[in-house]
Amino acid sequence: MKTFPIGGVHPSDNKQWSKGSAIEVMELPDVVNIPLAQHIGAPATAIVKKGDSVVVGQKIAEATGFMSANIHAPISGTVTAVDMQPNGQGLRQMMITIKREGDEWDEAIDRSTTLVTECNLEPKQIIEKIKDAGIVGMGGATFPTHVKLSIPDGKRAEILIINGVECEPYLTSDYRTMLERGQELIVGTRILMRAIGVTKAVIGVEANKPDAVAHLQQIIGTATDITVQMLKTQYPQGGEKQLIAAVTSRQVPPPPALPIDVGAVVCNASTAVAVYEAVQKNKPLIERVVTVTGAAVPQPKNLLTRFGTPVEAMIAKCGGLAEGDVKVINGGPMMGRALSNIAMPVMKGCSGITIMVGAAAGRGVESACIKCAKCVEACPMGLEPYLLSKQAKKKAWDAMEANDITSCIECGCCQFTCPANIPLLDYVRLGKQTVMGIIRARNMKK
Amino acid sequence: MTTLIYTILTLCIIGVVAAVVLYFVAQKFKVEEDPRIDETEKMLPGANCGGCGFPGCRGLATALVESDDISALYCSVGGDECMSKIADYLGKAAPKKEPQVATVRCGGSCEKRPRTNTYVGATSCAIASSLYVGETGCAYGCLGYGDCVEACAFDAIHINPETGLAEVDADKCTACGACVKACPKGIIELRKRWPKNRAIYVSCVSKDKGAVTMKACKAGCIGCRKCEKVCEFGAITVENNVAFIDSTKCRLCRKCVAECPTGAIRMIGLAPLVKKEEVKEEK
Repeated sequence: MKTFPIGGVHPSDNKQWSKGSAIEVMELPDVVNIPLAQHIGAPATAIVKKGDSVVVGQKIAEATGFMSANIHAPISGTVTAVDMQPNGQGLRQMMITIKREGDEWDEAIDRSTTLVTECNLEPKQIIEKIKDAGIVGMGGATFPTHVKLSIPDGKRAEILIINGVECEPYLTSDYRTMLERGQELIVGTRILMRAIGVTKAVIGVEANKPDAVAHLQQIIGTATDITVQMLKTQYPQGGEKQLIAAVTSRQVPPPPALPIDVGAVVCNASTAVAVYEAVQKNKPLIERVVTVTGAAVPQPKNLLTRFGTPVEAMIAKCGGLAEGDVKVINGGPMMGRALSNIAMPVMKGCSGITIMVGAAAGRGVESACIKCAKCVEACPMGLEPYLLSKQAKKKAWDAMEANDITSCIECGCCQFTCPANIPLLDYVRLGKQTVMGIIRARNMKK
Repeated sequence: MTTLIYTILTLCIIGVVAAVVLYFVAQKFKVEEDPRIDETEKMLPGANCGGCGFPGCRGLATALVESDDISALYCSVGGDECMSKIADYLGKAAPKKEPQVATVRCGGSCEKRPRTNTYVGATSCAIASSLYVGETGCAYGCLGYGDCVEACAFDAIHINPETGLAEVDADKCTACGACVKACPKGIIELRKRWPKNRAIYVSCVSKDKGAVTMKACKAGCIGCRKCEKVCEFGAITVENNVAFIDSTKCRLCRKCVAECPTGAIRMIGLAPLVKKEEVKEEK
C-alpha cells in the first residue's frame, strides 16, 4: 500500500467514538463572534458596523489583498460590536459580534438539496466564485483556496489531489463528509479540476476508512478522471507534502518551493464540498462539520456548525465536560492547540474539538535526551528534532536555518515518539517562528 | 638506540625550522592594532553582557577608540564613572547618561490574579506565550517561567515563588537591558534610578478595557485617568486603557499613588503620602 517515504508514527486512531454518528445540525447560537483572521494571510477588513442588520451569507468582511479571504455572516441578525475579543488561546483578536434574529438567508443562495452536476464556467469564473465565497483550506491550515488555484505563470498543474486522509487521530469530520456528502464531493472535485485545467484527480484516503473508499468508488463508477487511492494508515499521511509523495512519488523541494513546483494541487475533502456549494449553489463558507470527541465525552458527535458558535455550546450538546483536569483541544491531539478559553468561536479551520481527561490531559515528566534518535527516525521531513530543539534553546538561529528548520511541518511526530518526554516540538516551533521572522526581515531589506 | 636518537633529532630539526618559518610569517603578516583598544577593554567591566549593543566588551572598546564622537556609546554596567575614565584616557568628551534600573511592570501575583488554567510544557516564557496568553485571564501579565532570569548575567532578577512574578534586585541590576529583550510580554522597562532605589511606576501593562482587566486581576490598571489628572508634572499619560509614568518627568510626589483605586501604581522605598507638611519636611 502506498505511503510517504520517510518517517511517520502510528498513534492509535481512536476514531471509534465518533465515526458512527451521522452529521447532526448544531442549534443556531444566539450570539456569534466572527474573528477577522480565520485564515493564513492578512486579516479581512470589516465592512459592517455596529447596528447593521445582516442576513445569512451576507459578506461582512472583505479580503485585504490577494492573500486573504472574505468572511460572511453565519447567522442573521444585528451587528452589536466590532471589537477585540479573546480567541481560544486568550489572545485579543478583532471580531464581529452578531446577535441572532431568526434565520434569514441571502436570496441568491440555493438552499435546495438537488445535486447540480453541470458546470460550464470558465476556470477564471470558478476561481472568482471560490474567492467570493471566502473558501480556505478546511483541513486546518486555512490557506486561501483561490490563491492555491491561481497557478503562477510558467508553472503547470498536472494532478489534483483531494485530501481525504484525515490522519489526525480522533477526528472524523472529513470521514463523515465523504460518506454523507460523497456526491457533492465528486462534483466539487470535477469543478476544481476544471479550475486548474487538469484531467486527473486522485482522492487519497487512509486504509482505516475502507467504507469511505468503497462509497466514493461506487459514486465514481466507471469514470476514469477520478481515482480513489487507499493509503497506509500512518501519521502524518495527510500532510500536504507527504500526501503528494505517497500519491505521485514526487518530493516537494524545501521552502520556498510549493506543491505546484511538482505539478500538484492538494485540496481537503471538506474544501471540495465547500467549493461545490459555492460554485453550484452560491453558498459562501458559513458552516462546517466539527467533530466533538474524546474518551470522556458522553455523546461524541459530528456537528454541522455555523461559524462563530462557541465551543462550549457544542461541548454542552455532547454531554458536557467531565469533572477534574480536562484539556480541550482545538483540532486533534497531534496538531491541535489546547484552549484556555472554551467560549472560543468555531472558525473555518476547526475540524474537531478533542477532549482529554486525566493523565492523557497532561504531559509526561521530562528527562534527559539519550540520543536514541527516535525523533530523527520519526520526522517525515528528514530533520533532526533533537538537534534543532537544542539549537533553539541556545538561540542558535543561524544554525537552525542551516539545518532546514523552515521545512518543519509541525506535525509533532518527534514529540510523540520521544521516550524522554522532551517538548521537542515546542522548541522547534519557537525556532521556526524566529527563523521565519529573520528571513522575512532579511527579504524586506533586499 | 640509534632509532631513538634519530627520532629526537628529526623532531628537533622540524621544531627549529617551524619556529623560524613562524617567526617570519608573523613578522610579515603582523596585524597592526591600536594598543588603546586593549587598554580600553581592560577599563570596561568585562561582563560581555551585550547591553551596549556590541557583541562584547571588545566590540565597544574598538568603537570607543575608533569613533571621534563617543556620545552615543555607553556602558550601563560601568556607568558614568567608568565612561569618564575611558574618555579621559582617550581624550574625548565623556558620554553621560542617567543611571537606570530594570522594572517589572506587573503586579498580578497569584493572590491578585487567579489562575484559570494550568500550563504543562516547556518552562519558557517565549514558548508559553507563543502557545497562548498564560495561566490567568490577563493576556499581558508576567508568565513567571523566568526567561528574564536566564537572560540576566548579573543574577539581578528572580522569580518570587510566592507571587509568581519576576522581581529585580535593584542593587545588582546594571540596566544592560537583556531582560527587556528576553521578556516576550514586554513588561520590563528601563526606568530612571532614584537614590536609595526609590521608585514609582504603574505596575501593569494591560491594554484591556477596565472591566475586563478588573475581572482578570485585582492589581491591574483600569485606565480610569485619575492619576493623569492629579499629576502636576505631566508625567502620566493614559493610552490604550493603561497609564504610563514617564520616569524622566516624575518627581516622586506620590499623589498618583494615593489616587489609584486598584493599587496598580507601585511605590518602592517611600512612605505613603499622608499630609502635605510631611512632604515638605522630607524635601
